Amino acid sequence: MHGIPRKAPTQEERDDSSLKAAKLRDLQSLLLHFHHNKIYTEEAIEISAKLLESNPEHYTAWNYRKLAVQHLLDRHQQNQLDSQSPQSILDDELILVENALKTNFKAYGAWHHRKWVLSKGHSSSDRELRLLGKFQKLDSRNFHAWNYRRFITELKKIPDEDELQYTTDMIYDNFSNYSAWHNRSMLLSKLLEKSAKGYEKRENVLSEEFEFVRNALFTDPDDQSGWFYHSWLLGQTLKREPLFLSSSPPHGSNLSLSIDKPYRERHFPLILYFSEAVGGVSSSTVNVEYFYDGGDGLIWFPLAANKLGFSQAWLTYIKYPLDTLESFHVKVTIAQFPGIISSSGMPCSRSCYIYFTASICLNNQEDSELQTTHKISWNEENIKPHSTHPEDANLLASLCKLDITKENKPTTPMLCMETISNEIACSRELLLSSNCKIGKLTLARLLVAHNTLITYGCMDSGTEANYEEILALYHDLMKMDPAHIGYYEDEYSLVLMKQLTPNTESLLKLCGNYQELSSPSISSYTSVRLKGLSLSRVSCLEHLLWVQMLDLSNNKLRSIEGLEALQQLSCLKLSNNRLSSFTALEPLKMLNSLRVLDVSYNEIGAHTIDTRRYLCSSPLNSTTGSKWQSKIFTDGDADLKHFWYAYLLFRDLNLVQLDIVGNAVVDERLKAFLVKLMPALKWFDGESCH
Amino acid sequence: MGELVVEKHIKYIISIEKKQDDFASVVMEHLRLNGAYWGLTTLDVLGKLDAVDQNEVIPWIMQCQHESGGFGGNIGHDPHLLYTLSAIQVLALFDKIDVLDIEKVANYIASLQNEDGSFSGDIWGEIDTRFSYIAICSLALLQHLGKINVEKAVEYIVSCKNLDGGFGCTPGAESHAGQIFCCVGALAITGYLDHVDKDLLGWWLCERQVKSGGLNGRPEKLPDVCYSWWVLSSLIMIDRVHWIDKKKLINFILDCQDKQNGGISDRPDDAVDVFHTYFGVAGLSLLEYPGLKAIDPAYALPVDVVNKIFLTK
Repeated sequence: MHGIPRKAPTQEERDDSSLKAAKLRDLQSLLLHFHHNKIYTEEAIEISAKLLESNPEHYTAWNYRKLAVQHLLDRHQQNQLDSQSPQSILDDELILVENALKTNFKAYGAWHHRKWVLSKGHSSSDRELRLLGKFQKLDSRNFHAWNYRRFITELKKIPDEDELQYTTDMIYDNFSNYSAWHNRSMLLSKLLEKSAKGYEKRENVLSEEFEFVRNALFTDPDDQSGWFYHSWLLGQTLKREPLFLSSSPPHGSNLSLSIDKPYRERHFPLILYFSEAVGGVSSSTVNVEYFYDGGDGLIWFPLAANKLGFSQAWLTYIKYPLDTLESFHVKVTIAQFPGIISSSGMPCSRSCYIYFTASICLNNQEDSELQTTHKISWNEENIKPHSTHPEDANLLASLCKLDITKENKPTTPMLCMETISNEIACSRELLLSSNCKIGKLTLARLLVAHNTLITYGCMDSGTEANYEEILALYHDLMKMDPAHIGYYEDEYSLVLMKQLTPNTESLLKLCGNYQELSSPSISSYTSVRLKGLSLSRVSCLEHLLWVQMLDLSNNKLRSIEGLEALQQLSCLKLSNNRLSSFTALEPLKMLNSLRVLDVSYNEIGAHTIDTRRYLCSSPLNSTTGSKWQSKIFTDGDADLKHFWYAYLLFRDLNLVQLDIVGNAVVDERLKAFLVKLMPALKWFDGESCH
Repeated sequence: MGELVVEKHIKYIISIEKKQDDFASVVMEHLRLNGAYWGLTTLDVLGKLDAVDQNEVIPWIMQCQHESGGFGGNIGHDPHLLYTLSAIQVLALFDKIDVLDIEKVANYIASLQNEDGSFSGDIWGEIDTRFSYIAICSLALLQHLGKINVEKAVEYIVSCKNLDGGFGCTPGAESHAGQIFCCVGALAITGYLDHVDKDLLGWWLCERQVKSGGLNGRPEKLPDVCYSWWVLSSLIMIDRVHWIDKKKLINFILDCQDKQNGGISDRPDDAVDVFHTYFGVAGLSLLEYPGLKAIDPAYALPVDVVNKIFLTK
């Protein structure tokens, strides 16, 4: 099946093949006959051996063999004449497996049979390890052998330290042994986790491993095996607790609230944003203190479509059942008790807090239902940059400042920083003599890690995060390795967002207040423009939680994962991107304030394959739960059946304005369907409706 | 871009359905049911399933069923999960799953789940995440996922997740594209793709594309057309397929065709077989090569077949 050259067989080869085929066919039909009739004579067993030695993939023959062994063992138990000793019986099996493996050392059935034999309590570790040694010499990447090795070491209780030494030997023998590196990482993880003797000091162990892998990297920089191991070491070095990053409303801000609405609508969203996806955010792990004691605890929602309940952004609603113009303070204490953990199990044990004030006022200058009686034109002239309007400027500046109280700022362990700096130096050195792609990528990752440590740690080293070099490295990589340009573009986007958003100055340049000049309404939106930046992904959203109007047009976005956190978003422009299906818009379902959406000029409907099919809520992966009504398909009309996902998406959105022109999926039928589905819609592709 | 010689491939598949006397066929007699799945699904993707008479295929499949409810690889062979899935998949192609005693088959599959959530391939106890995928995929197609402990099954799969983001056959086993497909597929079907670190695994997977444009299954190994399925479908399920060069892969697959006699091989100029023909064509479908039916990356069946089962019942 694999690696056989293509050539038409000669007549001699054809005859040969027919002869072999006939012989094998006989063996195989005999085997089935013996098996079905439970015939375990010496002759029958011999035939099964012949079969398995020439065709070790014949699984029924291995089953027959096990039954034959059981039969023979029973005969011995019953003290029958001429019965074989268990030792001899099982020995025959071991020899058979070795012979079968000689024919094909990747035959699952053969390896499993050996395990089955060993479970009967026979064969020494030595014998097994010697066998393994032979196979691993033939092919050091044979995963069957490696799996079997792990089976034996567990069965015979061979210590992890010994096995670690074995991987060291294998690696010294040949650096390009991914299987050995893999095993090494598994063993080290175990030893570190249980703090085995000699492995108590994590940083020392990692330091030694960095030195060890450096040999491999410098010897053969183009071999991937060492680099993957290095990447794992890096991850281990950077492993830390999840951090609380930001909130909306932000710490130290003053929120304006309206009482011009019924009591049940007097609430505002409070969002907490963490450095990675966490679970366990609830009223017992987050304490919110303000004048109103609702009695029951606040309910927190993860802002990610995630069955596991982990999310970077968490939302709750703060009620304010007030009638008079006044202001109040809110203090939010996070991680008061352990309970918030990352998806990898690291606890968020640093308790921290934020506080802000809220004032009731008459003028709606905030985030309640924005009256959109007029079409949003997205005209850039309608944006007042921060510099022209001092009040707005202060508001925006305070929103942009990602601040938590000084006491809350976490520190970065010095050793971690040293390791990263050291590795950066080594990578640079290596790249001087070898222009290798993964080396460059590793350097870029190291520099990003370095910047993250500076940004999120209390670094008094005086260094500032520098992203220019990293962006340049990704440009290099795109040229060196064009096959993976999609990957580098995504990484580039993540770095670009890191560069733009934490820096208050650069972020302010992208912000403004949007007011539709042609509209008599006084409502304006705090807006951010991130258009035309070649972004293929969005991230670093902890800095944008307050945004009401976001322009992400003219980028390369294929996914809008992460936008769920922007709960204040009312207007979103995604035109001229690469969104390839309605399923890619799934995150929008969580944006309760969204009223204006522009997804024109994308690729919706242009693809036969939907890459988000299993990442969205759908009956195909049992994630719609009771919400899915297959009645849509049995009772529903033809349109509903045809546009079922669009139905599920737009039904839950309260859009007032929608633009979808320029997508392959759009035809008169879809347009009519959507207009009917959304009675609140006032503007469709620029024209008024309803 | 090269061309897919559709007619030749159709002829090739039909010819091997008939030919059973040469050595290659005899040595694979025990997995003929898999072969039926590979051949017939390829025909469906090429739009030619009607070239085969289902009234000949279906009775033969049913003869492969054992009294336990499971299916063997051929008539008279012992039952095993590997062939049970193929049987269900072929019946799905013909929209004839209802010829089965579904309860019986589902019970057979469910009986193979172990306490730790893993699945044995058959009563002889070999455990492998391939079997987790097979059990989950089969039961989902039969609409009887409730017969197993899905949480535990997912837990076991997650325990096979490696530090490079990939998955192996058992806990601690090295990441391999075939196993990754099985684990990602099982997590996709059960709705637990959140357990996958998509960026980490996506990068490991996209690095399978080598200079020739083909994909290998693990670092530092040779490219092979069958990985065009396993790596590609995994990338699609986690929405990272844009991290490889699709055009280059299409060209690699087309280069592996035998344009004279039909069929696709593991590598250019190697001998063809139905296994690689299926994976090559399925891979091309995932790459949106024109004129092919769309195939579902998790169930490895045409999308219209899958939609019919899940959206209308």
